Amino acid sequence: MSHPILETRDLTVRFGGHVAVDHISCTFRTGELTAIVGPNGAGKTTYFNLISGQIPASEGSVILNGRDISRQSVAQRTHNGIGRAFQLTNLFPNLNVLENVRLVVQSKAGRGFNMLSMASSHDDLTIPALEILERVRLTDQADQIVSELSHGDQRKLEVALLIALDPLVYMFDEPTAGMSVDEAPVVLDLIADLKHRKDRSILLVEHKMDVIRTLADRIIVLHNGALAADGDPAEVIASDVVQEAYMGKELTNV
Amino acid sequence: MLTKLLSGDMPRSPLLALILIAILIGLAFAPFLFPGVRSIDTAARICVFIVLVASYDLMLGYGGIVSFAHTMFFGLGAYGVALASTHMGRGFDALFVGALSGALLAALLAFVIGLFSLRVRAIFFAMITLAVASAVAVLVSQLSGLTGGEDGLSYKIPRELGPAFKFADGSLFGVKMNGKLLKYYLIFGSCLALFLLMLRIVHSPFGRVLLAIRENDFRAEAIGYRVVHYRVAATCLSAFIAALAGALYAIWLRYVGPDTSLSMEIMIDILLMVVIGGMGTMYGAVIGATLFILAQNYLQNLMGSAASAVEGLPLLPDLLNPDRWLLWLGVLFILSVYFFPTGIVGRLRSGK
Repeated sequence: MSHPILETRDLTVRFGGHVAVDHISCTFRTGELTAIVGPNGAGKTTYFNLISGQIPASEGSVILNGRDISRQSVAQRTHNGIGRAFQLTNLFPNLNVLENVRLVVQSKAGRGFNMLSMASSHDDLTIPALEILERVRLTDQADQIVSELSHGDQRKLEVALLIALDPLVYMFDEPTAGMSVDEAPVVLDLIADLKHRKDRSILLVEHKMDVIRTLADRIIVLHNGALAADGDPAEVIASDVVQEAYMGKELTNV
Repeated sequence: MLTKLLSGDMPRSPLLALILIAILIGLAFAPFLFPGVRSIDTAARICVFIVLVASYDLMLGYGGIVSFAHTMFFGLGAYGVALASTHMGRGFDALFVGALSGALLAALLAFVIGLFSLRVRAIFFAMITLAVASAVAVLVSQLSGLTGGEDGLSYKIPRELGPAFKFADGSLFGVKMNGKLLKYYLIFGSCLALFLLMLRIVHSPFGRVLLAIRENDFRAEAIGYRVVHYRVAATCLSAFIAALAGALYAIWLRYVGPDTSLSMEIMIDILLMVVIGGMGTMYGAVIGATLFILAQNYLQNLMGSAASAVEGLPLLPDLLNPDRWLLWLGVLFILSVYFFPTGIVGRLRSGK
């Protein structure tokens, strides 16, 4: 039942002489949660940027549902089913919490060019947005301006925007970074729920090993921009490659 | 009902509400409250500039797009009416055709400029608008056979909008029931409708997308909005409405020339009005335009009487000499930016 939804073929990007992502070929399946690990600077976020389109690839392609989306803009990829939550919080700071989520619901409904009705009169956009705030426990903050929220609540909102988008491929970039121990479970439970739905593919960049052990179906390891390991979580974690790459030491055979 | 008319954007400050109501009443009854050629002229100018400034704010305050071509769009509408009235003869059809073709041309030009420059970086758009606006201004002054060059064009508008046309006998509160009164209410009504339309647009789903783009264009794109498309649409809309304001101004003046509708000076005035009133608040356009035009028209008189009041004192009469009115306008501008960095409306709404 799990079929390939996203594939990168020889995906590469160079910045000057530096190869940040080096010929990564990898397939992701629906119903699968893949953890992407690697030391800082291994190319995890850059790999994400190539998939969601913020950076154009130097070589290789991104295939979504059998279609090459490598030349598409970020917005087009979003409409086709790639969704992303960012590592550094990336919201609309002077709008309120509800408006942030409603903008996503409105984008999905394709109603951005409606000019003559009042935005606040669209209950069919507001109600789903409020439901999503309920799920991330931000209902009480709905009317607050985002820049006045605590860091943890901003992280939750970041995740809420992605949940509102409900793409075919969810990309989380360290979703719990900087969250307190009581806040992180809200987000991790949401990701677990998504996983149990079995109809979405989830890519998760994460450093916390306990999170990876409980959630991941599969781990891929990036090292110096290249794919260093790919497989079952228990095996990959136990392997030398990960132990050494992840601890940031030089690989012994280099 | 009122909430719907204002698209849910209540003034949210008693003082602001009071000022807006005062301006609305002042403009709605201007011919009766302030009889006289000059004051009615000022009122019509305020109406037109409220629309012009609000249309600029739609682009700058909501879309975050800096343009220097707004007077060009304004001028296209004005020259549209002038050329149509000259070539088609006086008539409402000429006014209609002129205004519409000017507005469509403005939107088309905005579309082309936007498509070529908005996908790159915002600063290119600002530079290109500056270049195109200068080129058009030169073109208009050179093509004197068509546009009248620096002298501009005078033309006739329908008789029904002139002082010779009486639609009722006698007068009401001492005001003659003639075509000039009708013309004022044509301008006032059209401007009110255009303003309410823009108020609706900024509070529509489209307006929210513009705000999102101004706040964070990177994320707006990532949640699925094609940023370029929205920016181009906002620019076209803004140009279209600015051209309609220009057409109304041309109907009012029965004259167009580079000084009244195309000069860079007007562009700077628009910028000042937006900043004084408050960017990103449609009501800022109302207050900015009203204050600025009143100051432009009456500061000189005020200073004249102030100068004679302090006659005999050293230095003061010289400083208050009516010829120095531009200096004082500048001082007023600097003070208002210093004390109200978010504009008058921003300041009133924050309640501090």
